[in-house]
This record gives sequence, C-alpha cells and structure tokens, in this order.
Amino acid sequence: MVRGFLLFCAAFSVLTTLGIVYELGKEALLFFRNPAVDLLEFFTGTKWQPQAGAFGILPLVTATLVTTLIAMLIALPLGLAVAIYLSEYASSRARNILKPILEILAGIPTVVYGYFALTFMTPVLRSIFGRDVVDIYNMASGGLVIGILILPLITSMSEDALSAVPRSLREGSYALGATKLETALKIVVPAAISGLAAAFVVGISRCIGETMIVAIAVGAGPNLTLNPFKGAETMTGHIVRISGGDLSYDSIDYDSLFAIGLVLFAITFGLNLFSQRIVRRFRETYE
Amino acid sequence: MNLPKKHLRQRPYFEPRLPQRNRMASIWQSVFQLSTTIGMITLALLLFTVVNQTFGLVAIDNKVDPASLAVNGLPIEELDQQTLINIIKQNVSPGKFRQLEREEPLAERTREEVYQVVVDDVVQPNEIVGTWTLVESLTMRKAILTEVEQEYPQASVSFTSWIDPQFVTSPQSSDVLEAGVRTAILGSLYIIIITIVVALPVGIGAAIYLEEYASNNWLNRLIQTNINNLAGVPSIIYGMLGLAIFVRTLGPFTSGAIFGISDTDTANGRTILSAGLTLAILVLPLLIINVQEAIRAVPNSLREGSYGLGATQWQTIWHHVLPNAMPGILTGAILSISRAIGETAPLVVIGAATYITFDPTGPFSKFTTLPIQIYQWTSRAQEEFHNIAAAAILVLLVLLLSLNAGAILLRNRYARNKNY
Repeated sequence: MVRGFLLFCAAFSVLTTLGIVYELGKEALLFFRNPAVDLLEFFTGTKWQPQAGAFGILPLVTATLVTTLIAMLIALPLGLAVAIYLSEYASSRARNILKPILEILAGIPTVVYGYFALTFMTPVLRSIFGRDVVDIYNMASGGLVIGILILPLITSMSEDALSAVPRSLREGSYALGATKLETALKIVVPAAISGLAAAFVVGISRCIGETMIVAIAVGAGPNLTLNPFKGAETMTGHIVRISGGDLSYDSIDYDSLFAIGLVLFAITFGLNLFSQRIVRRFRETYE
Repeated sequence: MNLPKKHLRQRPYFEPRLPQRNRMASIWQSVFQLSTTIGMITLALLLFTVVNQTFGLVAIDNKVDPASLAVNGLPIEELDQQTLINIIKQNVSPGKFRQLEREEPLAERTREEVYQVVVDDVVQPNEIVGTWTLVESLTMRKAILTEVEQEYPQASVSFTSWIDPQFVTSPQSSDVLEAGVRTAILGSLYIIIITIVVALPVGIGAAIYLEEYASNNWLNRLIQTNINNLAGVPSIIYGMLGLAIFVRTLGPFTSGAIFGISDTDTANGRTILSAGLTLAILVLPLLIINVQEAIRAVPNSLREGSYGLGATQWQTIWHHVLPNAMPGILTGAILSISRAIGETAPLVVIGAATYITFDPTGPFSKFTTLPIQIYQWTSRAQEEFHNIAAAAILVLLVLLLSLNAGAILLRNRYARNKNY
C-alpha cells in the first residue's frame, strides 16, 4: 500500500505535465477556432494588437530572441571563464569562498533582478549611449540583467562538467609539456563538451522563460524591432501584463494568452529534452 | 656532446615558442580571474543598488507653513476652536468648506477634530517633493539642501531609512510614508505553509519511490525524464496551469464556496489556497531532484545491514535510509521553499490582489506577497515608490537569508549525530 502511494507521488509529475498540455492545448484550441484568428497569421503576422484583432506572434518572439541573445552573449563567455577558473585554477580556499557566493546570486528572486535592471542598468545605459538613443524601457538592460541572472546557472553546470573530467587526462597532458592553459582549453574543455553544451541549452531555455525582469524593465507593448535600445514586449512579459489586469474568462484575450503559453512551453520543453539528449549522446565516459 | 646534429637543430623549434606559450597562459589566466571578479562585482552592485535606494535624504513639504497660520503669536496647536474654524474658512475653497460643514458642522465637532481638519486640509503635510539616494545624500548634502531651500522654502529635509519597524508592521497604503509590508509578509507566510504541507510529503514520497522502489522500466524512466524536464519549465507556465485548474475549474473549492464560506471578498478562487497549491506544483520537481540526491548519498551498506537483520524494505527506508538522508532532505526542502518565496510571475498570473490593506484571515482570503509588492512598487513611476520597493527587497532578502542560515544550522546539527 505504501508502495502504491509512493508510486502515485512519483506519477503526480506526469499528471502535472499532462495537465499543462491539456489546459494550454484546450484554451489555445479555443483561440485558434475563433474566426478572428488565422493560424498562418498567428505565426507570420507582424502585429500583436488584440483590440484590433491582429494576432501575429512575431513581435513577441523577436523581443524574446533579442533579450535571449544579449543575455547569452554575456552569460556564456563569462560563465565558461568563471567555470574554467573555478575548476582548473582556483585554490580550494578560493573555491570555498566563490561557490557559496554564486549560490547566493542564484538564490536571489528574479523580481530583485528586475528592480536592478530598471534602477541601475537602464540609467547606466542611458548615460553611456545618450538619452535619445536608449528608451526608459529597453531590451538591452533586460537582456544584460538576464545574463547576470543565468550566470550562476551556466557556471555551476559547466563547472560540474569540467570537474567530472578525470585527473589522469590532465596529468597526461602536463607530462607531454603542455601549459595549464593548453591543458584546460585543448584537453579538459573538449572532454567536457557534452556537459558544456547542455549548460548552454538550459541557459537559453531559462532566458526564454524569464519573466519578471522583462516585465519590469523591457517594456509594455509589443513592438517589432531588433534595436536593443527600444522597448518591446516578450512572450512572458505579455502574459504577465495582460493577466495582471482584469481579464474575463473565455474572452479572446484570455485564450490568446494560452496560445502564447503553449508556444513558450513547446520551445522550453523541446530545449530541455534536447539538452538531455546532448548529454546522453555525446557524453565521454572514462573509467 | 655526441648528440646527432638533427636533435640540436630541433631545439630552436621548441624553445622560441615557449615564452610565447607561457605568455598566452598567463594572459588567459588573468582573463579567467577577471571574469570571476566581474561576477563578484555584479553581486556587490546589486546589493549596493538596493541599499543605496533604501536610505537617503527626503524632502517633505508642508503646503502651508504651520508657523504662518499662527494668530497673535500663538501656534496652531494652542489656538481655540473658533480661531481654528476661521483659519479653515480663510484657507480652503468655499466648496470644500461647505462639504466639511455638510459632513458634520465644524462648530459641533470637538476641538481635536477641528485641529485635525486644519492639519489635513490646510497644512497638508507629508508631501514628498524629492528623494535622494544614499550616495547622493552623503556626497552632495550641501547642494541638495540649497536646492530644496530655493524650490520649496517650506520643505524640511531629513535623512530617512525607508526600512524601519513601522515599515514591517504597517499594512499597505497608497501613502508612501505610511505604506508597509505587513499584509505582504503575512500573505507570503500563509502561502508558504500551504506549499510546504502539500509539496513536502508528495516530493519526499516520489523521491523514495524513484530511488528505492523503481525498477528500470519504461514507466519509471518516463517519470524521471519528465521530472527533469518539468524542473526547466518556466514558472509562468505553472501560473497559467494554476489559473486554469485551481482558480477556474476548482473555483468553488479554492474560494471556499463548497465549505459554506461565501465572503464576497474571496470569490473567483484567486485565493491563498490557489497560490499555495500552484507554488507546490511549481517546486515539486526541484524538491524531488534534491531529495533523490540526498537518498542516493546514503551508503548501500546501511541498507544491506538492515536487510541482513531481517527488516522489511519499508522498515529499512523508515528507520535507516530516511534518518540518514535527513540533512540532505532538509537542505533540499529549504532550497525549494526559498524558491517559492521569491516566485512572482505565477502569482501575478493567478491573480494576486493589487491592493489590499487588511490581513489575510485564512486560506480563502485574497492575497499579496512580498515579491508582488516589490513588483508593483517598482512599476510605479514615482521615485519614492522605488525607495520603498528597495526597502521591501531588503526585507525579502533578510527573510531568505535567515531561512538559508537555518538550513545550514539544521544540517550541521543532524550531521554531527551521524558517526560513520
């Protein structure tokens, strides 16, 4: 009997997934059935104006892409460098200090990062590039801060991957006269590439799903632009803004949120599956 | 020195490149160190920004200087009722005066009430005309004072800490100087209790099943993959799930209607119960993964020793595996709870109340939480709301930090009792 209960607990997670797919799918289906909506227009339309009956998801998607790109440009090199430093260079004392600090960074709620983006990053950007160039709400500050947000995630995943490479490989490399840098970059990093790639993909998925930073700092209106200094609205930001207001069930606004949610869920779920596949496929096993 | 000439000739190929290689190595080492430093600086900047906004100079203007209202050299505190009524008559618009009379004739009010009217409607205190950050306040104090002096001669400038006991204990208010986070803290605590009660048993149960019972078949592999994937689903998706299931479909249950509670305030199912259940589902995957790791770390010899003495599987789990995994389980639980406390997006989606000033009374109350409060204040355009948002962030960070410290203490305590 205990076993049955425990199995139910474990199976509960599958129920959750089914629940998400069912609920998102049901409402999204209602949305696509609506005569005002055209499936082709949904994926290719360049305007998202529910009041005007224009439902093209592209402006929301481009905003998500721009913030994600900026974030990854910050977090990937920085995270990788910190991970290499922690796993290859740092003394155990330095590691014991630095890793908890990274954990603290990872534990700070995202709304605090949003506050940071609006009250620190945006004024800094505006004073560097000029007030005419940079809007109060802009994708650059949101993207930069998302980069900072996922830095600990990328670092700790990469560091795990690097430390899992056996010592013997490093020692073999040193014995052949390689420097520390050559060992790190030419031996350890390639050996850990599956873990690093997984960190990269999971990082992207986190960026895409990040909500509070973009809701606070990126803007409050869909805007089809690739200029990072302009305000725009990401998929997540749009869902939060609309559902934060008064929303009546069964309205087309309500259903449209679930359609966006379904797209979001499909992208992130796919990326997560992909990252697990990478790890399984390209993992180098040593023994 | 009979080495063949060939070897002598090879040396130059190796040696000249060596300094260059070493130079590259040291350059890159400093790049790696620099990156790490940048990471640390960011954390410092983040905390600095919050603290910088929490303390600083504030200029508060009284619309009318109380001293100018003095009659015959007596300050308004000491004037009698009739004089006060005259002051009101002279200083407010006729329409406003009629309205005051309509509410209750001024002559029939007590002196204290009339005095209060003078303060509220004539003096109109507590209008914030300017706020400055901590750094500005410390470095440019003189310039700020002269600037305020010129623009608002009546204003008084004082150094204010936006976070103080009054801020923690007062309910929400539209007046920045009186606003507090009491409602939000209580809301957060209520929700967390529900999250813990629901998520902890299910999470630990699932982890026990996956680690101790599950054989390697397709169903269990599916469950495991699925849990790993759910941990990566954006939190806002959980919010939509909560909105569709707990708020809408289970509305009668989560609003308390089927228990005969028909408070109009709790209608629609946008209640503490819905929020707690949503967050429970949200943290479950993370919790399960953490608890699994804790259980996996228990050495197999313990299990085998227990079986060797004739214990059943459940006895082994209950008496040996769980107690030994307890420090890890506790750490995982507290990590998950911290995550739930900081979550904002899903609660916005399921419909946190934007403005409530009364304490939540139970699971069927409307709610607001600390992160939601921070979000709302941050979204306001006025600068002073950013100051109280910063103060609320400090409260939130202190709460999370003490939770984590508690986790470490608990873990150390359990770890000491272990002696293998």
